[in-house]
Amino acid sequence: MGLHILNSIYCNLLIFQLVPLATTIYNSFFENYRSGLTQIGPNFVGLQNYGTIISNGDLPTYFINTMIMWLMGFIPQILLSLLLGAWFTDPSLRLKCQTFFKTVIYLPNLIMASAFAMLFFTLFSDSGPINSMLMQMGVFKSAYQFMSHVWTVRTLVATMNCLMWFGNTTILLMAGMLGIDPSLFEAAQVDGATSTQIFYKITLPLLRPILIFVMITSLIGGLQMFDVPQILTNGTGDPMRSSMTLIMYLNKHLFSKNYGLAGALSVFLFVITGILSLIVFKFTNSDKVK
Amino acid sequence: MDMAANTTIAGKQDTGASVHARRVVSYVVLILISFLCLFWFYVLFINATRSNSELSLGFSAVPSTHFVENWTNLKNGTLPILNGLINSLVIAFLTAGLATYFSAMTAYAIHAYDFKGKKFMFTFILMIMMIPTQVTVLGFLQLIGKMGLDNNPAALIVPAIASPAVFFYMKQYMDSTLPLSLVEAARIDGSGEFRTFNQIVVPLMKPAIAVQAIFSFVNSWNNYFTPALVLHDDTKKTLPILIAQLRSADWLKFDMGQVYMMIAFSIFPVIIVYLILSKHIVGGVTLGGVKG
Repeated sequence: MGLHILNSIYCNLLIFQLVPLATTIYNSFFENYRSGLTQIGPNFVGLQNYGTIISNGDLPTYFINTMIMWLMGFIPQILLSLLLGAWFTDPSLRLKCQTFFKTVIYLPNLIMASAFAMLFFTLFSDSGPINSMLMQMGVFKSAYQFMSHVWTVRTLVATMNCLMWFGNTTILLMAGMLGIDPSLFEAAQVDGATSTQIFYKITLPLLRPILIFVMITSLIGGLQMFDVPQILTNGTGDPMRSSMTLIMYLNKHLFSKNYGLAGALSVFLFVITGILSLIVFKFTNSDKVK
Repeated sequence: MDMAANTTIAGKQDTGASVHARRVVSYVVLILISFLCLFWFYVLFINATRSNSELSLGFSAVPSTHFVENWTNLKNGTLPILNGLINSLVIAFLTAGLATYFSAMTAYAIHAYDFKGKKFMFTFILMIMMIPTQVTVLGFLQLIGKMGLDNNPAALIVPAIASPAVFFYMKQYMDSTLPLSLVEAARIDGSGEFRTFNQIVVPLMKPAIAVQAIFSFVNSWNNYFTPALVLHDDTKKTLPILIAQLRSADWLKFDMGQVYMMIAFSIFPVIIVYLILSKHIVGGVTLGGVKG
């Protein structure tokens, strides 16, 4: 009986997520911001907020920024994870020190993203150690300004995301690879298939469901990209807002208390992640049926 | 016959050699990748031991002797880092403890009892799990404002009691390791429901609870987005917010030794704890999660 009471307490606490969702959607239909010292609204304006964030180009730009940085991190991440996963699970390789390597590659995942970004900022600053190393090696004559070029900033963000997540992905993929029936591999070996053939013809196709799962969960995480670019660029998304992500934009509106636009942006994000989550949900459920 | 025998022998030698070559390649790549993962933290450690003037001379791979000096300077500096450490620790400990205990209990209730709406509740919790916190944070801020919890760490701790992701993990783990006959046996022996949960279920769930406690702790420790929007007073801020302040300050005026020390201070405790517990953590990622 006691457990049932606690259970309902638990559900009540979910209010902290459901009620906010409802009020966020509600807010998105109102004009509500501060202009100087005067508070404007809240006035009901219908879908105007949605129109504003799309037509002034902010939402599309930041969406594209977010996607570019996600892809730049995700592609090397998944390739690396597949390669490492295949090696770790390959019985003919019998790699030693597996525990050590797994421990090391998983390590960056637990690091405070904001501190990691701050670290990269100082390391890659004009007078930082990376620049001084590159100058000592004679790659550059004068310090390279990593923070003022669009693609270096994006690459830094993508590198950090990749470093932080490839260990996690490797371990997930390994679990998938170990779940494949070993007799399939043996049969292929008996038939004289090379390990490359085995990888492409057996491992990859059978891994498809888990690969799609990893991709979509990573995409959902990518849409929420915030800590790294926020700290790296000090919330500006510079140069020229080319590394500004959707959540950084949301954070900006929340700080300036422009609740109308923040609401519209949240609803937009909610719809996208909702669709993506439903796909994940379907995948994990169909796995269970098997 | 002869030819066939020859080719199989040749084939065997070939695979033997290629396995050897592939092993070498994979070791080289693995060592390179490990280097890439550890390099940043090594530089961080080195730089945290060097003074500002040494740092301005350029990079060196050898640690220096200013570790303690940087630490005292940082401790007596303008950023309230000891406060930040205590705030981070208190919030992370409470979050981890409450989230795992209550989530395990809810998972147990759904696992071991039959009641109306059980299926609905399970789906409902999973649906909540899919909503990212960032999406609802606007409404959340207004809600805690109305509750008078703005600028109060409780606004970060209390909602964490209901943690759907932890719940889901516990439920998956129970499905594979907790036989209902055990619960029934305890019931027949006259054990109360709470006692059954605390003295029979919790010990059996230890691996899952440990893993989730660690993950909840680390998530809370590293969380920047929500705390930055909720906590405003300098004395209430957590470490990630202080890092952001360090970034937004005119950082060239800073003693770089202190900057590195501050970063090291927020990163290294987690690394040390991780190295001690890594066996559980790496194994736990897939323990109750996705099945291939």
